[in-house]
Amino acid sequence: MKEMLMIIMAAVLANNYVLVRFLGICPFLGVSKKLDSAVGMSFAVIFVMVLATAATWPIQRLLLDPNGIGYMQTTVFILVIAALVQLIETFMKKSLPALHKSLGIYLPLITTNCAVLGVCTLNIDEGYNFIQSLVNSFGSGVGFLLAMFLFAGVRSKIEENDYPESFKGVASTLVAASILSVSFMGFSGMIDNIFGM
Amino acid sequence: MLTASAFVTPVVLTIVTGLIAAVLLTVAGKIFAVPVDETAVKIRECLPGANCGACGFVGCDDYAGALAKDHSIAPNKCVPGGAGAAAAIAAVLGVDAGETVEKVANVMCSGLEDCTSKEMDYQGIQSCAAVKNFFGGPGSCKYGCIGLGDCTKVCQYDAIQVCNGVAKVDRDKCVGCGMCANTCPQKIIDILPKTSRVTVGCSSKDLGKNVTKACKVGCIGCKMCEKTCKFDAIHVVDNLAKIDPEKCKNCGMCAKACPRKIIHVVPKPGQKPIVKVAPKTEDGAAPVKPSEITRPEAPAPGSEPEKKTE
Repeated sequence: MKEMLMIIMAAVLANNYVLVRFLGICPFLGVSKKLDSAVGMSFAVIFVMVLATAATWPIQRLLLDPNGIGYMQTTVFILVIAALVQLIETFMKKSLPALHKSLGIYLPLITTNCAVLGVCTLNIDEGYNFIQSLVNSFGSGVGFLLAMFLFAGVRSKIEENDYPESFKGVASTLVAASILSVSFMGFSGMIDNIFGM
Repeated sequence: MLTASAFVTPVVLTIVTGLIAAVLLTVAGKIFAVPVDETAVKIRECLPGANCGACGFVGCDDYAGALAKDHSIAPNKCVPGGAGAAAAIAAVLGVDAGETVEKVANVMCSGLEDCTSKEMDYQGIQSCAAVKNFFGGPGSCKYGCIGLGDCTKVCQYDAIQVCNGVAKVDRDKCVGCGMCANTCPQKIIDILPKTSRVTVGCSSKDLGKNVTKACKVGCIGCKMCEKTCKFDAIHVVDNLAKIDPEKCKNCGMCAKACPRKIIHVVPKPGQKPIVKVAPKTEDGAAPVKPSEITRPEAPAPGSEPEKKTE
């Protein structure tokens, strides 16, 4: 239990996918203009991350490793994740129209998102077992949600202010993102100390 | 040393994975296929895609879907698309297009910077809605245009700009979708039929003496226009002159009579434009003859040579 909690805490704060590992920056900058779309996107990311891990972990352990072709990881993972997301979208459209309306538009955007692919490969690299992998994926998704949520708030504050013309648009967004990222760097080492490792 | 088998396994594996994914997706596509209404797709192509909501539906897709399901809904509700879109939709559905009235936005305020004054120097959030909550706005007239351009921000057609403190509509670019009118916190933007060209440029419901203090060009409710109008089209209600577009014949008599010169006459298309802001009645109102009033959109024969827009 303690271990699971540690994995989640590490994934959300110390190893935040967006702000510390710098994966999934594209949706982080692109969809964080409005809070509701940022949160919608994040829930889609959590959903896809967990499902993608559930699909890719067995493939790596049962198919690639025994055949000695672990290096085919990236190619196979991209293929599997893309097909999986597409499959879910088709299924949702028919069976869960309400969920499709709120998450559906973001699903194609994260088909081959690097945060999703990154979480799958890093689960393997860290040597997590199946349950640990799922927990880590969920935590990473929550970390993404946290980053998006915070940054959407920051951006709406920035937009309301009067700042130099040359900083308008992407420039101010990137400066704000870097400051937020620096603040998350402060969490490194925290998890180990809390759990007395 | 490289052997053939070193290539075979990964290649075969990737191909097989891809094949399995392809088969799964195809099967899923068949099983979970959602029937798409062809008519809705065709109607959607006829609409401009502005998603302005002037039709009363959530967006263009919603309106197209509703039309495809229920043929009794009027096909002429799209304001930006106008008659062209209505005819195209009617052709798809095989129903009568109905009449479309071209509309245009009109700002009911003439209080330019040199005509009115500011009560405070506002430096907060640059939005009309925000400053409106702050003692009703910085201007000495609480009914007039705030001039921070909330309307400009929502306009998708670049048709409304704030110049000299008051929003101004470009009648050639405006499609009459009404997004600015809905956004304006002062509610001073009116959506009028394009045929009505005489407008009152004030929204102040204050008493005449208070209006005079706040603004040089405000309506004082003197009823001169009401007395002049032969068509019973203009009335002073709550100290403010208001024109009924259905009765107004665009004769421009009220504009001549107005002592404050706040009734504006927009020139007919093809006529030489009058000076934008100051209402010059002798220029704008005179050429309207009774024979022309019923079809003001069609350029009068005499005005053809003046058309220099090409």
